[in-house]
Parts: sequence; structure tokens; C-alpha cells
Amino acid sequence: MLSIFKREMHSYFTTSTGYIFLAISIALSAVVFGITTLMIQTSYTRYYFTVIIFMFLIFLPILTMKTFSDEKKTKTEQLLYTSPVSMTGIVMGKFLACSAMFTIYALLSSINFFVLSKYAVTDFYTQNPPNVPMIVGGMIAVLLVGMAFIAIGVFVSSLTENQFAAVIITIVVLLFFLVINLFNGMIGWYPIRIILSWLSIFNRYQNFTYGIFDFGALVYYLSVMGVFLFLTVRVLDSRRYR
Amino acid sequence: MVEINNLVKRYGAKFAVDDISFSVGDGEIVGFLGPNGAGKSTTMNVLTGYLSATSGSVLIDGIDISQNPTQAKKLIGYLPEQPPLYMDMTVLEYLNFVFDLKGCQENKKLHIEEICNVTKIADVKKRLIKNLSKGYKQRVGIASALVGNPKFIILDEPTVGLDPKQIIEIRNLIRNLGKKHTVILSTHILPEVQAICDRIVVINGGKIVADGKTADINGEINQCSRYRVKVSGPSKLVCALIRNLVGVTSCEVYGEREGDAFTYTVESTPNIDIRKNLFRALADKGWPMLGMEPVGMELEDVFMRLINSTNENIKAKGGRK
Repeated sequence: MLSIFKREMHSYFTTSTGYIFLAISIALSAVVFGITTLMIQTSYTRYYFTVIIFMFLIFLPILTMKTFSDEKKTKTEQLLYTSPVSMTGIVMGKFLACSAMFTIYALLSSINFFVLSKYAVTDFYTQNPPNVPMIVGGMIAVLLVGMAFIAIGVFVSSLTENQFAAVIITIVVLLFFLVINLFNGMIGWYPIRIILSWLSIFNRYQNFTYGIFDFGALVYYLSVMGVFLFLTVRVLDSRRYR
Repeated sequence: MVEINNLVKRYGAKFAVDDISFSVGDGEIVGFLGPNGAGKSTTMNVLTGYLSATSGSVLIDGIDISQNPTQAKKLIGYLPEQPPLYMDMTVLEYLNFVFDLKGCQENKKLHIEEICNVTKIADVKKRLIKNLSKGYKQRVGIASALVGNPKFIILDEPTVGLDPKQIIEIRNLIRNLGKKHTVILSTHILPEVQAICDRIVVINGGKIVADGKTADINGEINQCSRYRVKVSGPSKLVCALIRNLVGVTSCEVYGEREGDAFTYTVESTPNIDIRKNLFRALADKGWPMLGMEPVGMELEDVFMRLINSTNENIKAKGGRK
């Protein structure tokens, strides 16, 4: 597992993928941050956290698109699957490498908050300084949602050997999880609404942006990761039987 | 020892490998021979745990690869048909990765250096794999199979796409590997197995057609005597005459033509020397014999025969598709 993790990280930084990911993600975050805080003269970070997870749709697929589709295309998967490593180990290695890249992004983008604390000492409207628990809660939520999305992206990548298809499908699936609760207003039947709002990644995310640590949401995100990583292992394993 | 018992691999309704069994003893170099699409790669992929069998078992030193894949895979070094190389790594980085991936215990630096020397890639080890030539890529692939000093080395068409000089080098390399390891290699090139292997397993249409020592199979070939005869005269009549001689089993026009003379391939039963009778018969008719030379039968011919005979058997049985 560790060797796969190391190889993935090596690959991110010897090819352009890692740099492209970091450049796009940090640039997008900075733009969104500028618009949602500094431009409207507020130290309130909730809008930033709300908008930023929609940006994940754009830059997270860059990380996950290659994970398994490329291995399949170049047949390097034959090396991995004939090595004394379990399928779970392989999937986890790749997932953790993506997550590590994502964490690097999250840390680098935190520079936004230092800028905020320096220039937005007080809010234009409420005169409040930036709310630290809100920022910390938001960052935890960003990491959790990001990793759940990565698990979904890794899963999609295991389904196809075409990177481009992986990107498109990942975006569609992630968008589905994000906007699923919007359908709630349109559906009259209560049980469906319960299920939709339960599935929604976005609903649970919102509590964090208020600075509230929602234990249920933590469990939910970990479950999403677990389910999709498990499905990835199953997909890859089942391919051997075909 | 590698044991394959009643292995079946089916892709949908198609049997890629249909109930094959064979075993490979320690220290053997076994050639797995068959035309394209015979099931060689599928067998190797099942053997190494890349694919799983529809039914049947593969035992690597007594360890079932489907029950205990991690243990079994530790004993195997595999070079698939297309070397599984990461193009964005240098040779050294790649071998280090494979070393870690396989969880090897050896001294990393020394071990990899040794492998680089054995496979003669020491001079390119700092280069990116994507910039290497096909021959070097193939060698890096073999090197990765050697990492961890596995007991069994499985090579799928190791000389495909190489130039003649590289082919000779790779064959020598494999022969040397055979001194320390058990080697199973697949190929569709006959001289290759003749040159390298102790034993040949011939596969066609997913079934084993022949399995024997290379020397035995060569012996079988030599039992049949065969001559290439050049005769000046009308080809149909000459053929008919030769076919009627005692001991002749077949006579075909080989096709080389020189004026009115044709070359014929004549086969006879092993214990009868037809040469004198042949000469006299032709002389009586006034068709001068311009040349005669014995021809050793190529493994290719035996191979084609074996394949044709199994094809007929399959047809006769109504065959599974």
C-alpha cells in the first residue's frame, strides 16, 4: 500500500498532473474567496465554504481520473494485480495519495484565511472579526467532502479506461450528490424526500460551515468513502472473473 | 513446482482455455507454444493470478493462487505480453517501486544493481522509461520480473517485436535465468523453444496438443524420412510414379522450377530406404534426377500436424466452441 502511495505521489509531481491540480484548485479557491469575502467586505466565511465545494467538481476529477483508468489502458495493472498486494491495499494506496494531494491543496489554500485575518479585521456590517471555529469547521468539512468525492472519483475511474469519460462521469455523479436536495421541493411524497435529503452531501455540509461539528455527518462522509472504496475493490476484483 | 489442474477459463460463452493440466518441475525451462489466440496469454494470466479461473486450480509450490494469492504471488515474477512499465519513471525508480511493491527483503541497492547487470540495463538506469527503445523496455520488463529473486519466472512472448540481435541476447538471458530459476515462457516461434527450452507444451484452441521433452519431440520428427528431389520431367506423371513406389507415403510438388525440372518433397516410412528404387524408377522412365537431399522435418511441420489432428478431433467430437 505504501509503495503504491509513494508511486502515485511521485507520478503527481513528475508529470504535470499534480501541478495542474494545485494551480487550478488554488487559483479557483482564491478567486472564490476574494469574491465571497473581501469583495463584499465581510469576514464571514460561510459563503466561501458554500461555493467552494461546487468548485471541487472542476478540479477533483483531475486527481482521480487517472487512478485506475490509466493503469488499465497502459496494462500496468498487470504488475499491480500480480504482485503480492491485496486489491484493498492497491485501492487504499491510490485513494490516500489523492487525499494527500487534496490535503496539500487545503493547506495551501488556507493562506486565504491569513489574508482575511489581516485585511478584514472587522466585518463591514457586523464589526466582527473572522470567526475561527467557523473556519476550522469549514476546513474539516472541506476535507471530509473532498475525500468522499475522491472515493467517488476513484470508483468511476475503475469503471472506464478512458480518462475523459472518467472526468465527465465523475462530474455528473458529484453534481448529482450535491444538488440532490434541490429536488426535494419538487417531490411531494415524503419518504422520497427523506431519502434524498439523507443522501445529500450538501445538507450535512452546511452545519460545518456554521462552525457546528456534526458527528452524524462525519459518520456519513466516512460511510460514503467506505462504500465507494469497497465498490472499487469489488469492480476490480470482479473484472478478473470475466 | 507449478501444477495446473483441469484449468478452464471462459470469456462469456467462449472457452479461452478448455480443461488443461500440466505441471512444471523445479529448474525446468518450459516453452508454452501455440498460434495466436491459442490461450497462451490467458493461461499465463491465470497462472500469475491476474485473472481467475472459471474452474480448475493453479498450485504454486503447493499454494493455491486463488486461496492464498499473496503467498503464491511472492514466488512468481511475471512479464506480461506488454511490459507493465510506468513511462513517467526512470528505470531505477521503476525497479525500486517494484521492489517495494513486492515487499522484498534483499538489500535493495545491491539487488537492483545485480538485476541491472544481469539484464544489461545498467547503462540506461537513469533514463526515463518512455525514452527507451523497445528492446530495452523489454529488458526492463524482464528485470522487474526478476526483482525479489522469485522461484518461478513467467514470460509471455518475451522476444516479440525485437530485432534479431536483441532476440539472441534475450534468449541467452533466458537460458542463463534457467540455471537458477524455473522458467515458463510462451511463444509462437518454434526455433525459439527449440533453442531455449527443455520441454515443450503445445497448446491450440485452448487445449494441450502435445507435451514432451524438446529432444523427444525432435526424435519423433527424425523418425520420418523426407527427401527433396529434383527431377526433369512432366510433373504429374513423375508424382504418380513416385507415389507408387514401395514405402513412399507422400509426394508433393515443392514448387521450385528450373527449366522443365521440378522439385518434389517425398516422404517415406522410416524403415524403408527408397532412394535406390527411386533412382532406378526414374532412370527407367528416362526422367533424369538432378538432385536429391534429405530434409529434416521442422518442428513447424510437426506442430501443424498436431494442430490439424486436434482440430479434426475436435470437429469429430462435435466440439465445444
